Amino acid sequence: MIRSRCAANAPPLIVTEFLLAPFTDFAFMRRALAGCLALALGATPVGVFLLLRRMSLMGDAMSHAILPGAALGYLAFGLSLGAMTIGGIVAGIVVVLAAGLVTRASVLKEDASLAAFYLLSLAAGVMIVSLRGRNLDLLHVLFGSVLALDDGSLLLIASIASVTLFCLAVLFRPLVMECFDPAFLRGVSRWSPVAHYGFLMLVVLNLVSGFHALGTLMAVGIMILPSAAARLWARGLPALLLLAVLFAFGSGVAGLLLSFHADVPAGPAIVLVCGLVYFVSLLAAPGGLLVARLPVRHHLES
Amino acid sequence: MHPAPPPLIRIENLTLGYDRHPAVHHLSGDIPAGALVAVIGPNGAGKSTLLKGIAGELRPIGGRILMPGLPPGALAYLPQRGEIDHSFPVSVFDVVAMGLWREIGAFGGLSRQQRQRVREALAAVGMSGFEARPIGSLSGGQLQRARFARLMLQDAPLILLDEPFAAIDSRTVDDLVQLILGWHREGRTVLTVVHDFEQVRRHFPTCLLLSREPVAFGPTAQVLTPEMLARARRLSEAFDEDAPECQIEQPAQALPPDAGPHAHGHAHRHEHGSHRH
Repeated sequence: MIRSRCAANAPPLIVTEFLLAPFTDFAFMRRALAGCLALALGATPVGVFLLLRRMSLMGDAMSHAILPGAALGYLAFGLSLGAMTIGGIVAGIVVVLAAGLVTRASVLKEDASLAAFYLLSLAAGVMIVSLRGRNLDLLHVLFGSVLALDDGSLLLIASIASVTLFCLAVLFRPLVMECFDPAFLRGVSRWSPVAHYGFLMLVVLNLVSGFHALGTLMAVGIMILPSAAARLWARGLPALLLLAVLFAFGSGVAGLLLSFHADVPAGPAIVLVCGLVYFVSLLAAPGGLLVARLPVRHHLES
Repeated sequence: MHPAPPPLIRIENLTLGYDRHPAVHHLSGDIPAGALVAVIGPNGAGKSTLLKGIAGELRPIGGRILMPGLPPGALAYLPQRGEIDHSFPVSVFDVVAMGLWREIGAFGGLSRQQRQRVREALAAVGMSGFEARPIGSLSGGQLQRARFARLMLQDAPLILLDEPFAAIDSRTVDDLVQLILGWHREGRTVLTVVHDFEQVRRHFPTCLLLSREPVAFGPTAQVLTPEMLARARRLSEAFDEDAPECQIEQPAQALPPDAGPHAHGHAHRHEHGSHRH
């Protein structure tokens, strides 16, 4: 009797205990949750466009490129949010522009020039961080610290997400046309370079924001994995963007809970849950692998 | 006696090319407003290059193209191989609506009337009912029809079409030709690269025969003659890697419009480089 009344009025115990209590009881979990929401809203839409522009691996390369800048900031000022952020943004922009210049002025294609720059950047970054050497700091830079976001980091991530959403709204039509038919956009307007470089700036900004939470090595994870999973389900661009954001935030929540209960690092947990969503989509989605194995459905009249 | 209207496009001793090698060599001529011109010639004759030059995608390496009466952006260009990403998740309606860019820009919304125009453009190319289909599901001919619909919405006085009928079935070609003739009747200037001479004879009043050197420009009946075509074939297509610099400052004879076929005299094959005009 009592038991049934409880079940009717309050959520089942398992929900409160396992899903809500970590967030209601611990401030650091709430901060991490807010960080994940901001990343899902800002970084993931950018990741959708990276995916659609076939630049997924380029995003990966650029995430490594911001490391030496952040590391130089670290070398000069220690674990200072501002210095590492500005260093990362500057390094990212320099590498994007340098790779663009090399692509235009030499016979190397963009992927080759970026690969060269990011390998050098990664090596230089790790070297610089180790110069001042505590391993803990190196781990922080490489893998982030979503469970230890302070006010400044959280504000930074939220600001970058807001700026990103605003810029994407402004750039949306030129960016879609730049992805879909760049020659046409060049023919009718001068928006093409604005869309291209504006978008690359957004990529750098969001990599820096992701770097504070998930580290340089995994910042791309929350951009590309939810986008790729959503691409397998969605046919239109609005649905694709919405679904990717939902996947990213859902993975963030699930990853944080996994980290909390199983006592594993949060960054990798989040990215692994993103990966799980991706693999499930890969199997089950209309654009995935299993559809080709299913029995052929009877065809339509026309 | 009224004076002839000024030409829409004036081409003055134009040389276009890649890496200093000319692909269009010393071309001069006037294209009057409202002309329907077929640009013909063998592969590698510089037809696409000429269209690219007029569209502003390629900077001349000699001479110039003047379009005094044409406001900037009032030109619609359909490249042969577009850079369209077929896997991109956009609908046919969205793609065709891109033709309204000059009216709505980057931010404007589509009014009810503009939506209606997009649907009418789709109907005009025989694609009613395809509005919501993803662009990747279209066949080659359907995609070309959609590109024509987008072109219609650009509402440009000058239209450049680079081999619009390549790999398109005859029924689609017939429909597209009717659209082109409609634009001609509306007074638009149309330059089209075509390979089918029969089509050119039937539909195009004016012809520009290129073979890197300009061969002939004028009324189709006078350009599409066996002698002219043989001359076009004889002119070499090959680049000579070590060609000396071209010394000709001005072609021997300019090619006035509608003045009958002109053989463009010199058949030299020099590298083109340091013209000082």
